Amino acid sequence: MNSTEIFETIKSDCRNLLKDAFSGIDLSTFVIEPEHLIEFMKYIKNTPELSFDLITDITAVDYPNRTKRFELVYHIFSIKNSLRIRVKTNVEDGGSIESVTCIWKGAEWLEREVFDMFGVNFKNHPDLRRILMNEDYKYHPLKKEFPLQGYEES
Amino acid sequence: MADEKKYMTLSMGPQHPATHGVLRVILELDGEVVHKAIPVIGHLHRGVEKLGEARTYHQNIVFSDRLDYTSAMNNNLAYCLTVEKLCGIEVPDRAKVIRVIMAELSRIAAHLIWLATHALDIGAMTLYFYCFREREEILDMFELASGQRLTPSYIRIGGVMNDLPDGFIERLKKFVDNFDAHVDEYETLLTKNPIWIARTKGVGYISAEDAINWGITGPVLRGSGVKFDFRKATPYSGYENYEFDIPTGTHGDCYDRYLVRLEELRQSNRILKQALKMLPSGAVNADVPQLVFPEKEKVLTNIESLIMQFKLASGGFTVPKGEVYASVENAKGEFGYYIVSDGSSKPYRMRIKSSCFINLSALPFIVKGSMVADVVAVIGSIDIVLGEIDR
Repeated sequence: MNSTEIFETIKSDCRNLLKDAFSGIDLSTFVIEPEHLIEFMKYIKNTPELSFDLITDITAVDYPNRTKRFELVYHIFSIKNSLRIRVKTNVEDGGSIESVTCIWKGAEWLEREVFDMFGVNFKNHPDLRRILMNEDYKYHPLKKEFPLQGYEES
Repeated sequence: MADEKKYMTLSMGPQHPATHGVLRVILELDGEVVHKAIPVIGHLHRGVEKLGEARTYHQNIVFSDRLDYTSAMNNNLAYCLTVEKLCGIEVPDRAKVIRVIMAELSRIAAHLIWLATHALDIGAMTLYFYCFREREEILDMFELASGQRLTPSYIRIGGVMNDLPDGFIERLKKFVDNFDAHVDEYETLLTKNPIWIARTKGVGYISAEDAINWGITGPVLRGSGVKFDFRKATPYSGYENYEFDIPTGTHGDCYDRYLVRLEELRQSNRILKQALKMLPSGAVNADVPQLVFPEKEKVLTNIESLIMQFKLASGGFTVPKGEVYASVENAKGEFGYYIVSDGSSKPYRMRIKSSCFINLSALPFIVKGSMVADVVAVIGSIDIVLGEIDR
């Protein structure tokens, strides 16, 4: 299937789950509510004609002025269709969201990094610890209020 | 519990030479068998993503060199492709071919350093010197083109730094003509070597299904038999115009990953030969003066160019609002950038998708149940660079 067909298929199959769907500059983007995340991800991975089987990236973008300030961004690739899509959802400061490690094992470290850098908790994650910063570090450096030079010498 | 097994904990690294940088692996051992491996990363974390938010789009190019410092040109390319997509710039044909030349040379250099150090880890020292001989020639060519050996920042937004200097093509031709014979030479030392086979065959197995599930890309994925390469799947910089094969393995072990990378060296050389033939004449930078640096010659002779140079260097250029993800197939797998722009001259968010980071995350899965000595072979065959993992 090509990009437009996949976009339309997902859009019509997931009418009830999607908050928004649009074609961005580069990729088809789907916005969903956090509570539908697992259902949606299982659908795009397990539907044979879609088979988005390769997790590319999980990250977050911080918008401090929004009530749900973190926008979680998932990039997922389908080897079968040679196509990537972007899935977005929102979570509040210190909030938590279901882990997708039950769908893609490769999500484990990516989610740990989001936890480390933004303080987003992932429910049902097998091993949610800091990954790049040391264990006793107090801050989440990629939050916008964190100063570039850091708070203290470390 | 009385029957609970006692495991010995062994900390490998972060100063261990076989961990290719500053990787630490905590091993829980049952005799000589690995019960559990816990990689500890972050020793080389420099906060490049955070720094990126405080730097202009041009300034961020130099950070990309310092991620996977063994194949810097590919990183430059990934970053520039992302920004170009965001700004909607089309790069001239000559620049595209030059980029492919540099990216493939970079891939060869990265594979050579992998082969050299991987073999050295397992005890084959001679190869090290052979590989570094050819790598040196590539780095000299980079120096000729950009003035830098390891961190060239040669690929720029809108094109490349400057046109290929005199003598570069001749040098590249000579290199390309000799390189296939060099790869044969490496093979005579290892491919049928009984010690090499004993250390790598059947070691570090991962199935195709598991490799995909762990999000693994690059030669490790291909070693498990998945015929997949981003240069073919989502071509960039004109890769659709080149003929090359995607080598795959069948067993998914260290030996197959070795064979895959050796064949990739030959395929990269094949691409270089085609690039040399098709190299068109013309400009090497897009004609977009508001974001491409003017030629040095003009800066020194023309007041408008001088002002433009000053403006670009001090304030940068603004990028339209939006978000873009673009990636390249670098020597280790898929390396990409996800940039969110808020319309200013600095990225609102600059995310680096590292190939080694995800490939390494499967290490505990791969080495569980294997011998301690095999951990070294597996780390080598995954081919990691901590600069890219820790960012």
